[in-house]
Amino acid sequence: MDAISGPAIAAAEPQSARRVMTPPSRFGDRAFEWLTLAMAMAVVVLVILLGWELCRGSSPAIRKFGFHFLTTSTWDPVAEQFGALPFIYGTLVSSLIALLLAVPLSIATAAYLTELAPLWIRQPLVSLIEMLAAIPSVILGLWGIFVMIPWLRDYPFPLLKRVFGWTPFFTGPIYGTSMLAGGIIIAIMILPIITSVSREILRSVPNLQREAAYALGATRWEVTRIAVLSYAKKGLFGAVILGLGRALGETMAVTMVIGNTPQIAASLFKPGYTLASVIANEFTEATTDLYLQALFEIGLVLLGTTILANLLAQALLQTMSTTSTTRAVQ
Amino acid sequence: MKSSRFARKIFCLVLLAGISMTASAQMMINGAGATFPYPIYSKWFDEYAKVDPSVRFNYQSIGSGGGQKQILAQTVDFGASDGPMSDDNLAKAPGKLLHIPTVAGADVVAYNLPGNPALKFDADTIAGIFLGQIKKWNDPKITALNPGVTLPDQEIVVVHRSDGSGTTYIWTDYLSKISPDWKTKVGTNTSVNWPTGIGGKGNEGVAGQIKQTPGALGYVELIYAVQNKMPYGEVKNSTGNFVKPSIESITAALATADIPDDFRFSITNAPGADAYPIAGATWLLVYQQQKDAAKGSKLVEFLKWAAKDGEKMAKDLQYAPLPESLQQRVLKRIDEIKMR
Repeated sequence: MDAISGPAIAAAEPQSARRVMTPPSRFGDRAFEWLTLAMAMAVVVLVILLGWELCRGSSPAIRKFGFHFLTTSTWDPVAEQFGALPFIYGTLVSSLIALLLAVPLSIATAAYLTELAPLWIRQPLVSLIEMLAAIPSVILGLWGIFVMIPWLRDYPFPLLKRVFGWTPFFTGPIYGTSMLAGGIIIAIMILPIITSVSREILRSVPNLQREAAYALGATRWEVTRIAVLSYAKKGLFGAVILGLGRALGETMAVTMVIGNTPQIAASLFKPGYTLASVIANEFTEATTDLYLQALFEIGLVLLGTTILANLLAQALLQTMSTTSTTRAVQ
Repeated sequence: MKSSRFARKIFCLVLLAGISMTASAQMMINGAGATFPYPIYSKWFDEYAKVDPSVRFNYQSIGSGGGQKQILAQTVDFGASDGPMSDDNLAKAPGKLLHIPTVAGADVVAYNLPGNPALKFDADTIAGIFLGQIKKWNDPKITALNPGVTLPDQEIVVVHRSDGSGTTYIWTDYLSKISPDWKTKVGTNTSVNWPTGIGGKGNEGVAGQIKQTPGALGYVELIYAVQNKMPYGEVKNSTGNFVKPSIESITAALATADIPDDFRFSITNAPGADAYPIAGATWLLVYQQQKDAAKGSKLVEFLKWAAKDGEKMAKDLQYAPLPESLQQRVLKRIDEIKMR
């Protein structure tokens, strides 16, 4: 859509300015236009090539397993039986846990930083959060094994079991390495990006909004809730989608704490497995063709899952914005 | 000003020419594959540069799967693998591929129990634990092997490698040999469908899990356990002796195992009285017919050097060298490499 309307607008403008403009400068415009178009198209081509290459690499496996690949749970490299369901489940559940933990935390942090925090504290806090994003995944993973897991196992997990043990989500033995630990480490990894983007969005909310709310006698909380957060809802949702994209593809740190067991279990204390993890784990030592093709297919499924999750989120955003406008009209 | 820039240009050109000339004088031999022997291979390449400065080695430790693929595609001059190639993969090779065994290592049974007592295991207990049939530390099968040690009424948390690895290949190869149940249900591979346990990534992942989880038991490479001072158990071998994993007991396994002519052997559960049963070798993969005569002859020289002098460095790096008898057979095989 943008790629078509962009050049059309750009082409229409020089026409009206034909009489005043000289040919050489028009050439510059054209060149710039084509250059930027080529750059924008390069991204599209890259994604298409990526998808095509994954399809090509996995086509024999796709033909062999068909739709069963997505619906079966056995992953047996010896018998060459491959099913991706536990990995899809693990990817979605760990990302969901991460979002549930990271989104409220990040948006609250962003709101504090833009609306409430004293000026002297803002910059140090922002720098600290951005530093969190700079920690390499593998370091975070090692910290996960040696520090986070033992702590989770000894304190928060038993507490969760005592309080919520009656639900199916917090039952069974506690090893530490688990789906929940995987979700928590992803949450830590996506926190900086959601916070930074949210902060930029909240900062871009015009001050008029706040002043109008104050003028109506709103309290600070009401100003933040009605005038700022509500106004920035769409943008914040975009920040969450960015975080989701990261969460789905996060590999190294998750692999180190999730337990790497392809199973579908209701309990979050049980180990799980993600799509990205199985590729990272098994790609280097996969010796048979079918095995390698199945791993390629996992890559394809991951690409598909990411695109699908993004589309779903976009659709949700659409419905959300239409309901909010209708509510405003009412 | 102008002349000085000109002079600089000339200088640069001369420098470039010089670099390219030395580069062309030095031959580059490319290899790729297994990660387990990487430390000793890189040591060999370093030392060999002193023996023959005209040749340089470039080895990428991308994993055994990658090593096999690349030598089949002939994108490297030699491959390296922690497991012998399958018949299927060998059939794909455009020429006859030789397996050249270099060094060996072992998997140890590492655990985390209060007080870290010295423990003994046998085939039945290891298979039982990894099949999920022995669930508790005070299972009669374990206590019978360890009289005098009080084992807790605690769940055994099984830890295995989640990434495909030669370590797992050796481990599952051993289990398949000693347990018919394992052979039919799980089998031998660089990664398998584990009946029980949690997966840790890499030796460090498994070691981390074991160290952090009370009651954990898993397998890691001997080198790794020694360097990290992890407690590991003795294992009963096929002659009924309990053997501590060590360089000597691995070489003993190599010396007594039945080694076929194509060198695609397995030394797990070897028949020697002093042999440690969970050991395995690592191989270089080389074509018998070398396309590039100059490169091929340099490669042969290196392989001979590695089999004679290189082996002596193995112990310092905690690898088990090949026993004398096997070394002679390997040298004979290297002689069979022909130039076209």
